[in-house]
Amino acid sequence: MNRLLRSINVTELLRPLGHVLAFSCGSAALMSLIAVSLALVLDRTVVGADLLDRYNVTLFTYTMVNLPQVVIDGLTIGFVYAAIALGYTMVYGVLEFINFAHSEIFAVGAFVGVELLIALDATGILAGASLVMAYAYLILAILFGMIAAGALAVTVERVAYRPLRGASRLVPLISAIGVSFLLQDIIRLVESLTTGQFNRIMPTFGNFDGRIIFGKLAMGNSTITLGIAIKSIIVIVAAVVMLVGLNYLVNATRIGKAIRAVAQDRKTASLMGINVNKIISLTFLVGGLLGGAAGVLYALKFTRIDPFVGFFPGLKAFTAAVLGGIGNMTGALLGGLVIGMLETFAGSYMGVFTMGALGSEYKDIFAFSILILVLIFRPQGLMGKHVVQKA
Amino acid sequence: MVSSHFEDLLSRFSRGPWPYLLVLAHIAAGTQLVYTQPRSILAFLVLVSSFLTLYFVRADLRFKFFAGALLAVVIIPLIGVRNIFYLEVIFQIAVFAALALGLNIVVGFAGLLDLGYVAFYAVGAYLWAFFGSQQFYAMYYAPGTQPSDLPFLLPGDAFYMFMLLGVVVAAFTGIILGLPVLRVRGDYLAIVTLGFGEVIRVLANNLDKPLNLTNGPQGITPIQRPTMPEGVVEFVNSTLQPLIGHRVTVADMYNLLFYLLALVVIVVIIFVTRRLDDSKLGRAWTAVREDETAAIAQGIPLVKTKLAAFAVGASFAGVMGVLLAASRTFISPESFSFMQSIGVLVMVILGGSGSIPGVILGAATITILNLQVLQGFSLYLTELRQSDAIIPIINFAWKDLSTQLDPAKYQKMLFGIILIVMMIFRPEGMIPATRRRRKIDQEEN
Repeated sequence: MNRLLRSINVTELLRPLGHVLAFSCGSAALMSLIAVSLALVLDRTVVGADLLDRYNVTLFTYTMVNLPQVVIDGLTIGFVYAAIALGYTMVYGVLEFINFAHSEIFAVGAFVGVELLIALDATGILAGASLVMAYAYLILAILFGMIAAGALAVTVERVAYRPLRGASRLVPLISAIGVSFLLQDIIRLVESLTTGQFNRIMPTFGNFDGRIIFGKLAMGNSTITLGIAIKSIIVIVAAVVMLVGLNYLVNATRIGKAIRAVAQDRKTASLMGINVNKIISLTFLVGGLLGGAAGVLYALKFTRIDPFVGFFPGLKAFTAAVLGGIGNMTGALLGGLVIGMLETFAGSYMGVFTMGALGSEYKDIFAFSILILVLIFRPQGLMGKHVVQKA
Repeated sequence: MVSSHFEDLLSRFSRGPWPYLLVLAHIAAGTQLVYTQPRSILAFLVLVSSFLTLYFVRADLRFKFFAGALLAVVIIPLIGVRNIFYLEVIFQIAVFAALALGLNIVVGFAGLLDLGYVAFYAVGAYLWAFFGSQQFYAMYYAPGTQPSDLPFLLPGDAFYMFMLLGVVVAAFTGIILGLPVLRVRGDYLAIVTLGFGEVIRVLANNLDKPLNLTNGPQGITPIQRPTMPEGVVEFVNSTLQPLIGHRVTVADMYNLLFYLLALVVIVVIIFVTRRLDDSKLGRAWTAVREDETAAIAQGIPLVKTKLAAFAVGASFAGVMGVLLAASRTFISPESFSFMQSIGVLVMVILGGSGSIPGVILGAATITILNLQVLQGFSLYLTELRQSDAIIPIINFAWKDLSTQLDPAKYQKMLFGIILIVMMIFRPEGMIPATRRRRKIDQEEN
């Protein structure tokens, strides 16, 4: 027992936790600062006057009242993006290849988890479940989603990517686009054959929809409620646990060392006795597991899913991976949080700040603008090292 | 695969008068079949495939041009006017062939994977939709609230000018987008262009406020068409009615006009592409595609070369967009989805990227699959669903089949399978480009 404890690398457990804490607080503080100072400036212009006129509230108060909720939402979605982005970044690190189908692997995870819960709900188990059991079922659904997505990711690699290894860069990418399209329609086909509809709703059970209220803060005429939705906490905790686990796997185990070796130099790694194909499969498996879990968490947070649910989260997660520096795991975490925050802040405040001219409908393309900006000014990402393309 | 068998078969008929007779026989048989059985898909396929025979036989080039022109300008329009559904099919084939040829320059020649190609198509379409409709005067009204008696900004004949303008504006958009992103590596470029395609679609959806430029999700309608010269309809009716079998309307003539315009665009694209392929620029594209690093070392200006490919490809999409807006008289953001971009990409990949005949074949195959095979299958399933038939062994009644299961809606699956299978088994496409074929032969020897 003692030896087992001693063999655990505590640094590798604490380091990612430190990252998570620093990145969450940092991005939240930075974005809040920007939003509040913008609000203070705009309060003196026609924008503030207009708001005061219509709702009898200053822009500053409006911003402050919404701020806690916006930050929490940003963190929640940011962690989901980070979990998906890790799948992209790991595969890219090992194969230098954008796994375009990763967004559908995420969607499959979401569907399997939600279908399981719907099936349980139909038998009436969920309605009468105690709080402990409710959490057990949720964890079960996440596990099922993870297993299905992981297995799928490995299969896809075996069938559609492995035969193309060694071909020019665009060939596996085009194949991946094909896989992505195929999977979307397979989900739709299976859903329409079995259930007759393909919009699925996460059943409500347990106390996930509740809120924990910390207190109220008076702010001029209105009050700020400080509270967190329970499902947001679940998403954040689950994502953090996975991130720490993944970090441990990659940085503190033998398998992780093999993964890093393959990422660094595939040929030399194989000369050192590492089974490269196995490690690549494992990378896809890990990416798929994370993606599947992210899918179920996404469904928990947003309730409704359809076969095309993966597209936008996938693209944003990819943006997050590039923003953080593709191939860099800490970078994916940072990128995910930044994208999640930016998107939520933009979605919540842009409409008010621009007097309704640019609303939340632009939040989906916000990520792309960031992607383009990053690629122009810092193509290696925030945390990536500048690498020369391998010839 | 398909093409090589076809070639083997045809090479036996490649001496003496045989090729000429074969082509003429094929055309005649196809025409006869479509004429007598206007509803048969097979008959239509026989006719369309005569283009393939024409391409593969060894015959005098002048004869080939003549036969091709006869097919494209005389026989197909006649059959199209006779059965308006076919005119729609061949119009779509022509539009997609033009788009695929444009994308082929970007993907096939320069090796830049562009996943947002329809964005340029949308730019062209919205260009004419805005200036060729009442939208200019409806700018200050929210969608749906504008009075119906607004004047048109420009006369319909400005359409021809806008076809040229569409080229310029789309090329310009291509350069604006390309400047920042063409520095990035190939696979990033794919995602960035995908993002750009989405940006254009979201803009088209939401630019109904603060100024109503695109009329939002409802789209812009009516869009003007160029005026039809006086007397064309009467002339056709008085001379060709026995052949066509019914009186033609102005709408039929418009469909024909747009088909012919699309054909003109295709001819221009083919001409430009062929000239470019062997030009200095075309060789620079090949060099960049095969090995960027080596190309830079040879002194090829990388960004400029890529930008040129982007701009040329975009300009063709732009002109087709203008054409689409006028022919449909209605456009909405839905016509410019990611799905469309992938559809055009599938045509290029399936036919053979870098190969002009291949890309046209790809466009025709996909369009026919979409419009005829999948929809025919859908209709068949609907009929089964309404009948009392059951599947014997598993005892499944057809009428219990979910109505969501409509093959016409499963284009994505079709595209996905085609992309994967082509990449694994035949990445060079159905009719490989000559330069690639040379390379493959070398590898095999």
